[in-house]
Order: sequence, then structure tokens, then C-alpha cells
Amino acid sequence: MSALTITYAVLFYVATAVLVGGVAYKVYVYASTPAPLKIPTTPAPTTRLGVAGRMLREVTVFESLFKSNKWIWLFGILFHFALLLVLLQHLRYFTQPVWGWVVLEQPFGIYAGFIMVAGLLGLWARRFLVDRVRYISSLSDHLMLALLVAIAFSGLAMKFVIHTDIISLKQFFLGLLAFQLQPLPADPILLVHLALVATLMIVFPMSKLLHAPGVFFSPTRNQVDNPREHRHVAGWSASINNPGGR
Amino acid sequence: MANFETPALREYPIIPLIQAETMAHSKPYVAKPEHQKPLGFPGTLVDNWESVAVKKLGELVEESRALRVFLDTCVKCGSCTDKCHYYLGTSDPKNMPVARQDLLRSVYRRYYTLSGKLFPKLVGARDMTKDVLDEWYSYFHQCSQCRRCSVFCPYGIDTAEVSMAARDIMDAVGLGQKYSNEIIAKVHTIGNNLGLPQPALRNTLDGLEEDVKDETGVDVKFPLDEKGAEVLLITPSADFFAEPHIDGLIGYAKVFHQAGISWTMSSHASEAANFSMFIGSHENLHKVAIRIREAALDLGVKRIVVGECGHAWRVAYAFWNTLIGPFDFLDRNYPIPQHICEFTYDLIQRGALTLDKSANDDKIVTYHDSCNVARATRMGSMPGGQFVIPRAVIKAVVNKFHDMEPGSIHESTFCCGGGGGLLTDDLMEIRVKGAQPRMQALKHVVDDHGVNYLAAICAICKTQFAKVLPYYQYPMDMIGSVHGLVSKAIQLGTKE
Repeated sequence: MSALTITYAVLFYVATAVLVGGVAYKVYVYASTPAPLKIPTTPAPTTRLGVAGRMLREVTVFESLFKSNKWIWLFGILFHFALLLVLLQHLRYFTQPVWGWVVLEQPFGIYAGFIMVAGLLGLWARRFLVDRVRYISSLSDHLMLALLVAIAFSGLAMKFVIHTDIISLKQFFLGLLAFQLQPLPADPILLVHLALVATLMIVFPMSKLLHAPGVFFSPTRNQVDNPREHRHVAGWSASINNPGGR
Repeated sequence: MANFETPALREYPIIPLIQAETMAHSKPYVAKPEHQKPLGFPGTLVDNWESVAVKKLGELVEESRALRVFLDTCVKCGSCTDKCHYYLGTSDPKNMPVARQDLLRSVYRRYYTLSGKLFPKLVGARDMTKDVLDEWYSYFHQCSQCRRCSVFCPYGIDTAEVSMAARDIMDAVGLGQKYSNEIIAKVHTIGNNLGLPQPALRNTLDGLEEDVKDETGVDVKFPLDEKGAEVLLITPSADFFAEPHIDGLIGYAKVFHQAGISWTMSSHASEAANFSMFIGSHENLHKVAIRIREAALDLGVKRIVVGECGHAWRVAYAFWNTLIGPFDFLDRNYPIPQHICEFTYDLIQRGALTLDKSANDDKIVTYHDSCNVARATRMGSMPGGQFVIPRAVIKAVVNKFHDMEPGSIHESTFCCGGGGGLLTDDLMEIRVKGAQPRMQALKHVVDDHGVNYLAAICAICKTQFAKVLPYYQYPMDMIGSVHGLVSKAIQLGTKE
């Protein structure tokens, strides 16, 4: 097996381990850190079901962002939903036989790549054009966008400009899943695309990409507004022991 | 009057371009050792303050899911950048919520994240230096913890939590704010922010009884420390003597009187405010609040009603049950605690009050949603009751009411500019500038509808507006209590 194949195989095993292990660790840390006081941003739902609805709206239609700023909302939702379609489309490279609904989703997933780039460029443009957003953007914010744009461009290039050996590529990934190395095509654009994706997977659990799991643990969004009806205690507030009463 | 310019009110609100460091000079007076010690904080800046600060930050993150998630998840999308009234009023970019959070986040990243330890420049991580500490002291005292940014953040990041943590860290290293800490110490020793002992309190209340008797001919009582009363009223101490707060207290007394519900105030717990929330100190938060439990048990009351005060209602509504509960000794048939507006609203619904709206016909009223009431609490059983119920009370006692524009009321309400421990003369510039967005919205209803009365249910809002309205060419007596309106309209001697 070529050094290239071995290098990329190791890279993807490491990247997967970092992504899964890192996110699992972060989720564990978020879940095990107490929320000692009730701090939902009100008006807030008064039932668990209501909170589930609020959270669903937050992660599907970006409710708070919509209230705030229609441009960020537009570019944000274009990017995120296009990314979702693209990721689903990529399932075909990891499944044999390809699931039926992935086949149906295929055309949407392919053209979503362009939408994704449009959303990313819109978000990036704001980092230059809006003085307030320019002020708060650090180098890592620009690099993150550069990384995502480069992944999208290299992917689109392979689909629409210079095709790669997609059959061999799929063999490579199916091989990885079965822990049997298969040769990776030595196609420069493909190698760039894969290296960038692995980079993204590795930085995910140690960067602002943690907003994805983090939003579910945000107390201002996930707490039920019922402090008078139910006594809430956790962490330091659980050790309060007040004298008197019955 | 002042060495700064009051921001202009425009035809339409605008989002200003950033002007760096315009408010870098703003700093409140530093607490002296005698203000620090009673709260359990070091008197002056400790020698190894850098390591103490970093360690304290780590502890706070460990014990607060909110802080941990908020420090990790911000993507710098910019959604919050035009939402803070202090940014809108000052143009200082460090008053943008995300930039304010970053003052602390940068330090967190440096010491507690891998990327910040390895590549500080890349991710904007900073060492804990004296410059950073000074910057914290300035800009974390330019946040009123009003939570407006948290409404608009896609992850619900609440800058209030970050500024509370920063102030807690500053207190832990011995750099406290005089205004808040001096006041909290007074509550610990005497029981209220003003330091009014029991005889002074009784004397003030006697005066009010005489005033109401002169005005109405009716003996309305202002009971203090009366055992066996049905209701314990916990109200901000400003209600005892400040204008226009006192009209509100008179209003509560008249409502209790006409409803025939026995009530009392307490000299032990003569304060609804709890400034410990502003400085993020949960030990002091508990220590201030527990006086109310003690008073309720001692007086043997069945219900607790809370007077007009914004952050106090947050502490009461959202935190009391946690801090000083369980309330198994109170009557479960009523909300515990109950807001005075909920109390009055229920009585109005039941027809227990005789109200003559025309008594307020000289007023064209608008209502300022106080930030903590709007975004951290509820009234009644429906989400949003905190917007509906105070307005329903107002509309039951006045004929002419106009709301301000939608983006400036309800959950989008603008802070008065003086909340969160900033209500002190040494911060007058940021208070005046921070009031600009509220004044802008007020101008529209003044111009369009001739509004001449700004009703509020918060002691801080009332004091703040009385002070800043004149800067914007409005009369200081334009601000008033909701229960001041009730007081005018209520017809004593008709029901009781």
C-alpha cells in the first residue's frame, strides 16, 4: 500500500476519533456542569414540551437570529441547510448499496454546494463590510470561513470541472469502515479536499464549531419557566439548607 | 452640567459606526476596604491577583453551565452587535455584547482552552494583565445586565452572566465597585439599601399615613412588623422616600386598604432589591434574600407580595424558591411570591377595586417595560404575562395610553440605562448615553401622541429617568409609578 494511502487512512482515523471523542467529551462536560439558578430568557415556555418546541425552532429556523438580523439569518440558513444536504449526499460514498433516499437526495445535494458557497461568501463579506462585525472578527474567524469555502470549492471542482476516480475513492472509504486498506487515488484536488475535511473534523471540538452541540445546553434557551411552581436546585444551590418552615 | 455631550434624538433610530475607546475613561469609584470586608472580599488588590483571578474564573466556569456554554459557543456572527443600548448611545465597540464578552473570553481561552494555550494570537486569547483588569473594571461596569443581547443571540448567550462573573472575579481579587458593595453591606447590617433603621422607617410611614389622611380623609394604614398579617410586602427601600417611588407605595397601601387584606412590611427585610445579583456573588445573594424568609416566618404571614422593582422581581420570581425556599409555610393558593401588579390585577378582575380613570385624565401615558421584568420573569400563568398585566392595570386606571414602537417594548425593551449597579453619579455619562435608545422611542410617542407620563415598575428605572429625562429636554416628573396611577384613580371609602 502506498505511503499516501496509509497517511490518509491514519489521518481519517485520527480525525474521526478526535471529532467523536472530543464532541462526546464536551457534551459530557456541558451536561455535568450544574445550572444552579433558573435563567431562561423570557417569555419562555412553561412546560418541557414547550421548551422542546423552542429548541426545535432555534435549531431549524434560527428563531432568535431571525428576530435579530435578516442578512445574517439568510446567509446562515442558506449555508447550514446547504451543508446538511451536501453531507447527506456524501453518504453515498460510505454506504453500499446506497440507501434509496440518498439516491433521491443526490441532485439536491450536488447543487446545494453552490448555495453553501453563496451563504459562506455572504457571511464572510459581512466580516469585511460591516464595521461592527469586522471589529469582532479574529484571524480564526476568517480562517474558519476560508477552510469551509476551500472545502466547498474543491468539492465542486471535482464534481463539475475535473472528475476524480470516485469509484476508487468509495472503495477507500468502505475499506476504512471495514478496517481494510484500499488504495486512495492520488488526485491533487481530492487530496486537498480530504485534508481540509480532516482538518475541520479535528478543529471541531476545540473551536467555535462547538456552537452545534452547545446550543442544546444553553440555559437561557433550554430551561422551563416555572421557578415559582417547582423549586430548582443544582450545584451550589443544592447545598442550601434553610432553617424554619414546616 | 456635564463634561460630555448628550446624544441626539433623531427622526429614526440609527446604528452608529464604531468609534474605538470613546468610553474607556468611564470607571466607577473603587470600593474601599470597609465596603469590601463585610461582603467577604479582600479589602484591596491582593498581591498575586493574576493567579487568583485566573483560578476564580476556572471555578466559576466549573460551577455554571451557562458560563461554560456561553464562553465556548459564540461564533462572532454579529447578531448582538447593534442590540446594546450602551453601544447605541456611545459608539464604543467594546460596548457591543460580543466584544464585552470577549474581554473575559480572551482570558478564558488563554488559560482554559487548548487552542488558546497553543495559538493565543490566532484565537484572540490574552494573558491576565493589569491592562486587562482595568479594561474589565471599565467595561463590565458599562453593562446593566439587561439581557437584551440574549434575546437576539442564536445560542441565547447572556452577557449579563459574563459580566456578573467578571465582577465576581474582580471582587475576589479585591477590586470591587464602591456603589454596589457599600449598599450590600448596609443590607447585611440594617436590612435595606438606604440604611434606614426601624424607627426611621416607622417615622416615614407615619408621615405617609398623615399625608393620605389629609388628601383623602381616610385612615389608610402603612403597617410595619405586624405579626399575623396575611401579606408581607417586600418593596425596594426607595419606595419609602424617593420621588416618584413613594406614590407607588401609597398606591399599594390604598389597594390593600380597599381590598381589606391585612398586610405588613418588615423592618428586618425592608428591601426588595438585591444588588448581590449585580456583582454575581451567590453567597451575598443568599445572605440578602434569607432576611425575607426570616421575616415571613417571624411575622407568620401567609403570602409574600413584591413591590415595583425590576431586578428585585427577577431575584424574587426566579431565584427565591431556590435560594430561600421551600415556601411550605405559605399559602399555596397564591403565587409565591406574587408581584404587586399581579395582586392588583386580580383584584381588578374580581371587581374588588373602585377605580375612576378620569382622575388621570391630565396624563397621556406610555409604559416602559423594565428589562429584568421583561426578559427574566413572568407575571400570571401565561408566558408574556409580564407585558400584559402591568398594561392591563394601567389601562384600568387611565383613559389615554399609547405604547412605544414595537422594537423598544416587550422582550425588545431598552434598559433605562441605570440598571445592574450603574445607578451612581460617578457613572453619569454612561447612564445618560445608555438612555438614548429609550429616549428615542419615547420621543416618538411624545411627538405623535403628546405622551406626558412614562410609567414604570422599577425603582432603578424611576430614579434613572428622573435624573436623565432633563438631559433630553423632558421634565423629570414625567416618570411615575404604575401604582402612582392606581393611587390617583382608586376611590377610597366606596368599597370598604
